[in-house]
Amino acid sequence: MTEKPKLGVYICHCGINISATVDVEALTEYALTLPNVKVARHYSYMCSDPGQLLIKNDIKAEGLNRIVVASCSPRMHEPTFRKSIQAAGLNPYFLEMANIREQCSWVHEDRTEATIKAKKLVAAAVAKVRLLEPLEAREVEAERSALIIGAGIAGIQAALDIADAGFKVYLVEKSPSVGGRMAQLDKTFPTLDCSACILTPKMVDSANHPNIELITYAEVEEVKGYIGNFEIKVRKKARYVDFDKCTGCGDCASACRVANRFASEFDEGMGKRSAVYLPFPQAVPAKYTIDPKSCLYLTKGKCGKAPKCAEVCGAGAINFEQTDELVEFKAGAIIVATGFDVFDATGKPEYGYGQYPNVITGLEMERLVSASGPTGGKIKVFNGAEEIVPQEIAFIQCVGSRDKSVGVEYCSRVCCMYTAKQAHLIVDKLPEAKVRVYYMDVRAFGKGFEEFYDRVRREGVRYIRGNPSEIFKRGNKLVIKAEDTLTATPLEDEVDMVVLAVGLKPRSDYRTTMELLRLSQSPDQFFLEAHPKLRPVDTATDGIFLAGCCQGPKDIPDTVAQAKGAASSAMIPLAKGKVTIGAQVATVFEATCRGCGFCVSICPYSAIELVTVNRMGHMIEVARVNEALCKGCGSCSAGCLSDSIQPKSFRDRQILPQIAALGVLR
Amino acid sequence: MRGMIMSTESQTFTEKFDLLGCIQCGRCTGGCPVTVRTNLNVRRFVYDAYSEEKLEELAKLAEIWDCTACHTCAVRCPKGLKPLEVLIGLRSMLVDSGKVQSTVRNALESVYLEGNPWEKPKATRYDWMEGLDVKLAKPDTPVENLFFVCCTIAYDPRLQVVAKNMVRLLNKAGADYGFMAEGESCCGSEIHTLGEELLFEEIVGENTAFLNDFQARRVITLSPHCFATYKARYPHLNKPVLHYTQLLAELLQQGNLSWGHDLQKKVVFHDPCYLGKQSGVYDEPRRLLKSIKGVELVEFDRSRERSLCCEGGGGKMWVESESKKERLAETRIKDAHNLGAQIVAVACPFCVLTLEDAMKALGYEEEMRVAEMTELLAELA
Ligand SMILES: Cc1cc2nc3c(=O)[nH]c(=O)nc-3n(C[C@H](O)[C@H](O)[C@H](O)COP(=O)(O)OP(=O)(O)OC[C@H]3O[C@@H](n4cnc5c(N)ncnc54)[C@H](O)[C@@H]3O)c2cc1C
Ligand code: SF4
Ligand code: SF4
Repeated sequence: MTEKPKLGVYICHCGINISATVDVEALTEYALTLPNVKVARHYSYMCSDPGQLLIKNDIKAEGLNRIVVASCSPRMHEPTFRKSIQAAGLNPYFLEMANIREQCSWVHEDRTEATIKAKKLVAAAVAKVRLLEPLEAREVEAERSALIIGAGIAGIQAALDIADAGFKVYLVEKSPSVGGRMAQLDKTFPTLDCSACILTPKMVDSANHPNIELITYAEVEEVKGYIGNFEIKVRKKARYVDFDKCTGCGDCASACRVANRFASEFDEGMGKRSAVYLPFPQAVPAKYTIDPKSCLYLTKGKCGKAPKCAEVCGAGAINFEQTDELVEFKAGAIIVATGFDVFDATGKPEYGYGQYPNVITGLEMERLVSASGPTGGKIKVFNGAEEIVPQEIAFIQCVGSRDKSVGVEYCSRVCCMYTAKQAHLIVDKLPEAKVRVYYMDVRAFGKGFEEFYDRVRREGVRYIRGNPSEIFKRGNKLVIKAEDTLTATPLEDEVDMVVLAVGLKPRSDYRTTMELLRLSQSPDQFFLEAHPKLRPVDTATDGIFLAGCCQGPKDIPDTVAQAKGAASSAMIPLAKGKVTIGAQVATVFEATCRGCGFCVSICPYSAIELVTVNRMGHMIEVARVNEALCKGCGSCSAGCLSDSIQPKSFRDRQILPQIAALGVLR
Repeated sequence: MRGMIMSTESQTFTEKFDLLGCIQCGRCTGGCPVTVRTNLNVRRFVYDAYSEEKLEELAKLAEIWDCTACHTCAVRCPKGLKPLEVLIGLRSMLVDSGKVQSTVRNALESVYLEGNPWEKPKATRYDWMEGLDVKLAKPDTPVENLFFVCCTIAYDPRLQVVAKNMVRLLNKAGADYGFMAEGESCCGSEIHTLGEELLFEEIVGENTAFLNDFQARRVITLSPHCFATYKARYPHLNKPVLHYTQLLAELLQQGNLSWGHDLQKKVVFHDPCYLGKQSGVYDEPRRLLKSIKGVELVEFDRSRERSLCCEGGGGKMWVESESKKERLAETRIKDAHNLGAQIVAVACPFCVLTLEDAMKALGYEEEMRVAEMTELLAELA
């Protein structure tokens, strides 16, 4: 360092968040006694405009060249203060923050002790800031395209927004059609819009938009790189139907030797499909797919004399020779929109789901009331072997939600409302039927929700406060064993059909996605956002965003809002065409690196690789850091056996004096 | 910690039973089997016990003795509470102040003095072994399966056959086993549910030390009550605990057991609460029954996780219920009768007593039989 360090120390009151517990005046006086400190001030809100101005003015007037701000956690305001010292002409990395709020005033009560601790934290920051070196953030080009994984309503909406803004979108969907769960729904609460009517146009747009490349029946297999420059490999599974030739006429499905023999995934197993199938009439793309698990030819190697589908297909689209195809492309940002599964009701055996055909789930109910469903919208179920039109119908809320006994502690947010919706639809279709809802709380928090709940009750749906404990059979009736908790009356209620309002769970295959993108999970196992309030669509990895129910249970309005948020965040690098790469990254001292590769295995961001270099005529391996991937977390540094890899601004020679300063109080 | 009551003096009722965790959903009372015949509403107790000043009054309510400790409430509670423990806590208050029925007091005293709740002398505990070729376990001799005989099985003339048949089956299978010929003492299951906390803790300590001393790979219990108690309330036991049906199913699978005779009968298995709901053992007894040639195994509608309690547990052996309504055991026997079952197979000594009584009361003796699993199996082996 050429210049002699001249330090300014700025102590924030944070309203009274800090000053109520820490004596900021004593702290300021103390700071002035520390080596190289020229200026020390305290102020009510350092992050405010006047607060920042104080620093800027001092830098200019006093010629300060290193700044310590003693305030909150660097998480929020380090960028703020970096910008302001940069504006005053300093290198933005000549800043050190002493966290005297989260790590001091908020967690202590004794003012004297807290002030002593604050002094130590400031002394430590002063010790370090003198040793910082100037760093430069770099910019690299960003690919102006996005990858979206999952084409439910979240993925579709995000794709349309980004594509409309003029950027290329690769929309990858695992199943043969886009649409996700919303396509399975009949009407939607609280407005009772027909789900298909509002969704189908968007599905069609997602396939026809000139900027969207829709890749269905496919899975992302590899993601490398970093924000602005992700390199992606997608496996398009063989459909055994030529995508370009298929006209979607469906002759194959009717001719199939095992026509209508297999449980339709779309109808939740209540309807049947052939081995070659279109998941549902409005499917997009309207292209048939042969399911390799049910096709005779593909499982047994033989289908009669010759496969019927191939015989009847006028377009000659059936192609059993088709193989999986790998597609590779680059994208600047990624949105994860992989959605959810519903709770598996067999996990609560006391309700007899799977045992009594007239105990069904809410999702099955959606298919049952839907005009496009297996019964054409007629409410009928099997009671034992007999098909009946139920007259006494009960809904049970919170099945697989708010229930520690099945390991799900959270509220699924949509079940109260979809139950109210389905109860209304039943009243509509079976006016004579008696409908009741067993609930423990009704959470009608959204816009128009409470009003809808009011309406449904007035339509005659009886709400009984008590969460049933058991269902068994007596004669030809299902008996619900419960307590009406409002009157403290245990009861046995005899009904013809029970609908279990199953909650929302992370998809059973979430691990694949999580490992592919190195995402984190919150305790509820949904994917974790970067900050619960301020960064709800971001992940810990720059350039990867979350939308919809993969992040947590949501209704459609919230899903769409989040999708739009994720789209606009993802568009930042696309619009700029550039991304800034942090400067506080790890660096390798090649001279001492032994190329053991330990750091490579430790790095959570896969930012380190071993490369061969020529050291005085010997070809040896050393570690090399990809600065665009490195987050400066320091894990490698902690692990390195020869101290050869250290993050900038956190080098041993910078943090050891900082730590030492914590121990002494002059 | 599952099911442990912590007896730190400073803990209030509310803390001890996590009463603030309750959301008043009603699943406990909704599931409670005895609500159809008594006034017990266990949720109300969880709610009311929150006011400490009400506790004494609550303890006076007769229905706290109606609980059979089936644990349905605890299994169903979405917030991890064990509502029945609140009732047991109230029973404890009475036990502490000596305000309990004489039958209960005698049972407790008998456990303290004689190591069994049946007021039988310690010394005659092993009389059931007479005339049998029983292998005995000694602490310093390694053994694969160390048997623990339930007090009720050891003393009750109707039930001793369970232990006897067990020995016959084990000898036939050539199993490595040992029964205890001294020192065996009540597991405390019913002592806990009757509310004698201090005695229960003492028993746990003594039995743990006693059983830990044996060089056995595992402990096999004859009663599901001992089984569930050892599993859930003996945190320092150093060996795994099995129910005998698990061991027999294992011997069967290994080919060490087989049946020499057929049994041309319709059989229904009744899941004991302590074996099923509380311990998750459902398949082994069924596997044993299915392995018998000729057996037509039928199922109650309310089976496995939804099995109906027979009202044998929770100290009910010593507290008569005042209700005149149909006993659950009778409901159960009627259901079995409707199924056309000729044998109601059970794997719990209390279930034998309650169901057999009910069968006799209903006058079905000609048409059906209640049989402990070992009775069936030993006859066929
Ligand atoms: C019974 C029921 C009724 C409901 N009723 C209503 C209602 O009336 N009103 C309302 O507002 N909300 C309702 N909801 C909620 C609504 O369904 C959700 O808000 C919405 O479906 C969430 O959309 P999504 O795109 O996040 O997830 P999803 O709909 O689950 O879509 C995710 C998509 O991603 C695909 N995918 C998953 N993994 C991958 C992968 N690895 N690679 C590629 N693709 C992948 C899936 O195949 C799917 O197409 C209801 C929910 C249920 C269960
Ligand atoms: S089941 Fe649990 S949460 Fe529900 S009322 Fe009973 S004790 Fe409370
Ligand atoms: S243990 Fe059984 S009998 Fe006792 S309160 Fe709970 S559910 Fe009722």
